[in-house]
Amino acid sequence: MRPRVLALGNPYRQDDGVGPWIARRLREAGLEVCEVGDDLTRLVEGLAGADEAWVIEAVASSQPPGTLHVLEVGSAPLAAFERLSSHTFGLSEALELARALGVLPPRTVVLGIEGRCFGSGEGLSPEVAQSAEKVIGILLGRLGHP
Amino acid sequence: MADTAKTRQTRTIRVGQLARVEGEGALYVRVRGNQVKEVRLDIFEPPRFFEAFLRGRSFAEVPDITARICGICPVAYQMSSCQALEAALGIAVGGQLKALRRLLYCGEWIESHALHIYFLHLPDFLGYPDAVRLAQDQPERVKQALQLKKTGNELMALLGGREIHPINVKVGGFYRVPRKAELLAVRDKLEQAREIALETVRFVAGLNFPDLKPDYTFVSLREEGAYPILEGRIVSNRGLDIPVSAFEQHFQEEHVPHSNALHATLSGQPYLVGPLARYNLNYDLLPAPLQSLAKEVGLGPVCRNPFQSIVVRAIETLYACEEALRLMGEYEEPDALSLPVVPKAATGAGCSEAPRGILYHRYQMDQQGLITEAKIVPPTSQNQKMIEEDLRQFVAAHLELPQPELTLRCEQTIRNYDPCISCATHFLRLEMEHET
Repeated sequence: MRPRVLALGNPYRQDDGVGPWIARRLREAGLEVCEVGDDLTRLVEGLAGADEAWVIEAVASSQPPGTLHVLEVGSAPLAAFERLSSHTFGLSEALELARALGVLPPRTVVLGIEGRCFGSGEGLSPEVAQSAEKVIGILLGRLGHP
Repeated sequence: MADTAKTRQTRTIRVGQLARVEGEGALYVRVRGNQVKEVRLDIFEPPRFFEAFLRGRSFAEVPDITARICGICPVAYQMSSCQALEAALGIAVGGQLKALRRLLYCGEWIESHALHIYFLHLPDFLGYPDAVRLAQDQPERVKQALQLKKTGNELMALLGGREIHPINVKVGGFYRVPRKAELLAVRDKLEQAREIALETVRFVAGLNFPDLKPDYTFVSLREEGAYPILEGRIVSNRGLDIPVSAFEQHFQEEHVPHSNALHATLSGQPYLVGPLARYNLNYDLLPAPLQSLAKEVGLGPVCRNPFQSIVVRAIETLYACEEALRLMGEYEEPDALSLPVVPKAATGAGCSEAPRGILYHRYQMDQQGLITEAKIVPPTSQNQKMIEEDLRQFVAAHLELPQPELTLRCEQTIRNYDPCISCATHFLRLEMEHET
């Protein structure tokens, strides 16, 4: 099996940095993580060749901060998430682009963590940090042992 | 996201949030009878105050801080800032260090142009809402686009230390220079990128271009003996030919109520910067085979149709690939990583050709090298007034178009400029009001 973990987000936008924060911890535990930053064309490149992908991203959907959203990317096209960024395209578009190019792994799971603060600055809100620990546990449990 | 409202006296087109541009803004057009009364590009992305928070920081931090202004063109910010500070300090980076800077900049042109051509601009010409739908029908083309962009990114990572917001450029030179073997390792990829870029030129030249040929004032750099990227004098097709240090005597910036980006003018008039301006003012400096190619695909030495900027961008992408290969071939590891730098109280200006056009910086520092004043004039704020003029002309000439198509064409007109709103707010929603 060729699983891959991909983390999105900007560490200088508080809770948007949950992806890079988890990436660092997983790397310390010996897992390989592809950090996509905010360039989603890199997500498409990162998905290519994997047969299972875990995509970590911060979410703002008016749910309580720290809520963990687990989205299995199925065969139906994804609805566009509302774009909060000024980036060229969003996560759902990037995943659909990967599908159109035939590089979307058969199993792709988006782990979205609801954030509280997306303003300039570093560090995570306590609820987000707590949820991030849970995600680390899930991924290490699944992928951490040979 | 467009909606249309029509009343007895007014016809309105609104695009709540312009897609496929960098940053947040909107467009408002008001038409009475057959006359376009008002065109306003609203930029509501908040101002970012970089110029203010550079004050009090060391000159040495400026290239890294200003690189943060843009994720697409950080190299432009680094190059213009280094050049300004080096001018202030009385040093000039030459030889292989300068060649490496040009090589790094080629990476940024490839990455930025590939992104704009395929992911932001091309869907307009082919009638797709976005690059995803384009990819569903033409996956191979989009894969090639991604490969082209990736090669630009890899070049940036190799020379800049990482792909986004490079960290390896310093005032006076670099922190680290590559071994020749490291450059040669990406040579094959660049040769493949060159083939993709060549195919791109032929492909985009065959698109259908709406008719619009404004009598532009083009402004670009003119670099000694080479197509302008890194430096040069500021020139126009109206006889302007000035050193970068005289920029502010000729170009003015003003605040307008509807935009958080300053509007720039040249002696009170709008002007155009970017690929079209560079091409028209420097066609003679393109290598002969590229001039022949331009001719072959139907582009003469003068191109005034802003919709054909996609072809010019493709030619510039090909140029950047070829120039990168040339620079790699001639590379020899320099003896020193950078020139010695001693801070002093001084002022200096710098200007380089960002993918979207000239990017001007000026800094004043004190004896300790702390910044006391900073001024940054990005390409999008210079083009803002010209975008409004293009829209005015385009709408006036195409009032017969059905509203949805006119709205789409207006958006396309804006995307001709590859506007980087994030850079310009120190810029899109489309809203049109038609009074009958």
